[in-house]
Amino acid sequence: MAKVIVNDVEVEADPKDNCILAARKAGVEIPHYCWHESLSVVASCRMCLVEVGEKKPDGTIAWGPKLVPGCQTPIKEGTVIRTDSAKVKTTQQMTLELLLLNHPLDCSICDQAGECYLQDYTYKYGKAQSRLDEPKLQRMDKYHIGEQIALFTDRCVMCTRCVRFTREISGTAELQVVARGSHEEIDVFPDVPCDNKLAGNVVDLCPVGALCSKDFLYKKRVWWLKHAESVCTGCSTGCSIHIDQNEDKVYRLRPRENPLAQGHFMCDEGRFGFKYIHDERRLTRPKLSDAVSGAANRKSHATTTAGSGDLSFADPWTDVLEVARRKIKDAVKSDARGFVAVLSPFMTVEEAYLLASFLKGLDKRVRLVLGPVPMVGSDDKYPKGPKGESPAEDKVRFTIRAEKCPNRLGVEAVLRHFEGQITGLEQMMAGANATSWFLVGGNSEGWVTESIDRAVGQPGLLIVQDIFPSPLSERADILLPSGSFAEREGTYVNHSGLAQAVQAAVRCPGDARADGRILLELAERKGLFNAMAIRKEVGNAIPSLVALTEGDLGEHGVKIGGVAREPIHS
Amino acid sequence: MSNDNFQPVLLARQNKPNSHTLASYQADGGYQALAKALKMANTEVIDVVKASGLRGRGGAGFPTGLKWTFLPKDVKGPIYLCINGDESEPGTFNNRVLIEQDPHQVLEGIVISSFATRTTTAYFYLRYEYGRCYRVLKDAIDEMYDNNLLGKNILGSGYDLDIHLHRGACAYICGEETGLIESLEGKRAWPRIKPPFPAIEGAFRKPTVVNNVETMACIPHIINHGPEWFMSMGIPKDPNNPRDAGSYGPKLYCISGHVNKPGLVELPMGISARDLIEKHAGGVWKGRKAKAVVPGGISMGFMSESELDTPLDFAGPGRVGCLGLGTAAVIVIDDHTSMVDVLYNACRFFAHESCGQCTPCREGTAWSTKILERIRDGRGKLSDIDLLLEISSSIGTIPGTTICGLADGAAWPMKTAINKFRGEFEEYIKSGRKSESRSLAGAH
Repeated sequence: MAKVIVNDVEVEADPKDNCILAARKAGVEIPHYCWHESLSVVASCRMCLVEVGEKKPDGTIAWGPKLVPGCQTPIKEGTVIRTDSAKVKTTQQMTLELLLLNHPLDCSICDQAGECYLQDYTYKYGKAQSRLDEPKLQRMDKYHIGEQIALFTDRCVMCTRCVRFTREISGTAELQVVARGSHEEIDVFPDVPCDNKLAGNVVDLCPVGALCSKDFLYKKRVWWLKHAESVCTGCSTGCSIHIDQNEDKVYRLRPRENPLAQGHFMCDEGRFGFKYIHDERRLTRPKLSDAVSGAANRKSHATTTAGSGDLSFADPWTDVLEVARRKIKDAVKSDARGFVAVLSPFMTVEEAYLLASFLKGLDKRVRLVLGPVPMVGSDDKYPKGPKGESPAEDKVRFTIRAEKCPNRLGVEAVLRHFEGQITGLEQMMAGANATSWFLVGGNSEGWVTESIDRAVGQPGLLIVQDIFPSPLSERADILLPSGSFAEREGTYVNHSGLAQAVQAAVRCPGDARADGRILLELAERKGLFNAMAIRKEVGNAIPSLVALTEGDLGEHGVKIGGVAREPIHS
Repeated sequence: MSNDNFQPVLLARQNKPNSHTLASYQADGGYQALAKALKMANTEVIDVVKASGLRGRGGAGFPTGLKWTFLPKDVKGPIYLCINGDESEPGTFNNRVLIEQDPHQVLEGIVISSFATRTTTAYFYLRYEYGRCYRVLKDAIDEMYDNNLLGKNILGSGYDLDIHLHRGACAYICGEETGLIESLEGKRAWPRIKPPFPAIEGAFRKPTVVNNVETMACIPHIINHGPEWFMSMGIPKDPNNPRDAGSYGPKLYCISGHVNKPGLVELPMGISARDLIEKHAGGVWKGRKAKAVVPGGISMGFMSESELDTPLDFAGPGRVGCLGLGTAAVIVIDDHTSMVDVLYNACRFFAHESCGQCTPCREGTAWSTKILERIRDGRGKLSDIDLLLEISSSIGTIPGTTICGLADGAAWPMKTAINKFRGEFEEYIKSGRKSESRSLAGAH
């Protein structure tokens, strides 16, 4: 560590840090546009100019003769950084005035307004008025930049983050700078739009409103959005994300920086893959089949399909869960070995634990198996080479994994604890001899294949907990409509054994409930579902998940030790 | 100082018939310096060049021998020498004459310099507009390969060298050494941030030296005649200023603008602008007086009439507020010319040529052009003058706001024109008159 003095405050900084990072440690912001932690340094926006000096052993400070870019200047023991001198401030004002020269002041119709660095920095470091008397340059907007990306050319500040991203991270190099001087523009080659699988990141990287996501464009002013910290469930990389929602509608996902998970970015598959959570076909109402409700010998609200005119305020879940609990107990009593519960890799660790501990608490012989793990192709690694080839292993900057679920390792840890071994659903289907099934889904798309459908058949008791209708949900004795990833809270363990906490961002549609809440009540546990409390319990109960005992996993999550990386059941 | 008896060195063979051929060059004693250098150790060659006090002719005036010593000593892999023939500073044309008239003089210098720097691959970066130079150089290089002056085992010395001739694509910024390197690598010519300097990491991430064409032309003569001979010309270093490296040797002065006899003149360093105009360029045309003189390419700024006695050596122009000697391209502006128009033309050039990487240069050059356009349109405000000054003082490597010196070059004409001719600007704005809207020659 090196001692650095930032505006008279002494801090310890990593000798590998630049001035921006060192100042950040002292709580001082050095404004910047072109610099980004994940990209190469170009030092071209000149927003981060600061005064840098060196403290001599005799206590005097030898100041450098001119301003230097904070992004490009490394620190060492005794480096002195000054960000609030008159010289720095005047230069910041001038740089901002210059950046705004040809920038249209169209904040009122700009999607970035509210999270725009040009706005923020101008407010903090700029001056109120421009001295430009001449007309601004006007340029054509480019909606053809990418399938998901639009370029508002005149808002661009030429930080070239997007260009560097496509060269250094995606390796696809679609974006480039054309023309020269103040006429410069970002552009693509004709007919080669920026459509790579990481393209959406250039929108996040753009510090101003130049690159906008067509998907989000004009949908919501950003200051209405509320942010929940979550994890993308698109693949086992487990990218940390923000879920941005307003009034229970998710508008966009954004990557959340996490050096332990994915870094700064996320793929478009994950970014735009959340739409299913607002799908009309979502299961929204718990249901008992006629046979079961007859057996319950009770007129249940839950059995009537909710119509638009249904003004009933009664909670349909009370009856359903009571019936479910009784049915499960009966079934376990009559044939514990024939009771099979399928745990989906989309469940959180807490949910898997609740279900497993409940069933194993009834009878040790109940069988727990792992639901199908969706696999698509092979791991997709970036940056791509010039011919689209994958990079060498030590050059990989981003991976989209073939395993398209968030929590196989977490669910497996629970299964290993309760069952001793991990059996895949497909593996045991043939000789299942099951008389009762408790199937949990929650997958982003249909997972009940014909063979699963056939294998389950018409058992004595069929309980389905899922978010989408399937042949199984159609004929389920008890249907428990559950929550998607945006509606759950809990813990996901990614491919490398990183346990990350997810927050619920929105409420479930209709009468659906997040799985944790369903399972907590099913297990007749007291109180409300609280992921943190269950997480601590899991940590205490399962030795391999002892890292969860902490409860609070922090912003970046914690690594759980001893996760065996077994080959995936296919 | 009398230059009357000065015999041209670099231009000695100018206008000889077939001066561009190898036969003609060898008949005049060409390639003897190479033969001599190849018998020396490469460090000895560097020492000779260092001792001569030769400073780079490209504009910055960095001591050439010193630049060579910055190369890492025990480098594995290649070292590259890039010859900067992207002569695009307005008013400058000495490289063109050197290449067209006497390419072998330059090429001999390149081979010697490559030998000194342990380079086995040299790149000659030539601006696209110099088509004739390209053809002449190409033929000259072919001749050299045919005569064992290039290729393997040059003159039996065991030293190998290849020279690749690379044509640019018409951008001023490619004259900046790291811009040149980027362009050579096939990228957009955006100057690199330093460090690392090219001597450590240059072309293709290898140690690289970038030298100007005229610098190369001086090398054979230094080898032939020795450093003392070279130091007998020019202005010695100022004993009171330890940072002054002196201005030695002959220099090609390009004289253009409002003079009777524009052209290229070779003189020892340090002639005054007035002497240059009066004695070597036939005086200001049409019997007029000079109003302003550009000492070394438009980016160096302007000297006023009263400053014309300044010696045109590396230190002289700086003493009167100019950026430096630059390329020693003297542009004379007569007293019938409006400085507003001159400055507009300069600003327009820099706005057009700014590579657009750094915000201050990209926007500042364009803004100043717009302001001057408005002033020329009769809509100027007196506050514009200070605004121009503020822009000029906030762009460039000297305040530290840009990566390369292009912005300094853009700022200096503004600074010097306004500081030295402020009255004219004020009068122009107050009068509200319009300049003729015809575009001026020079910038495209």
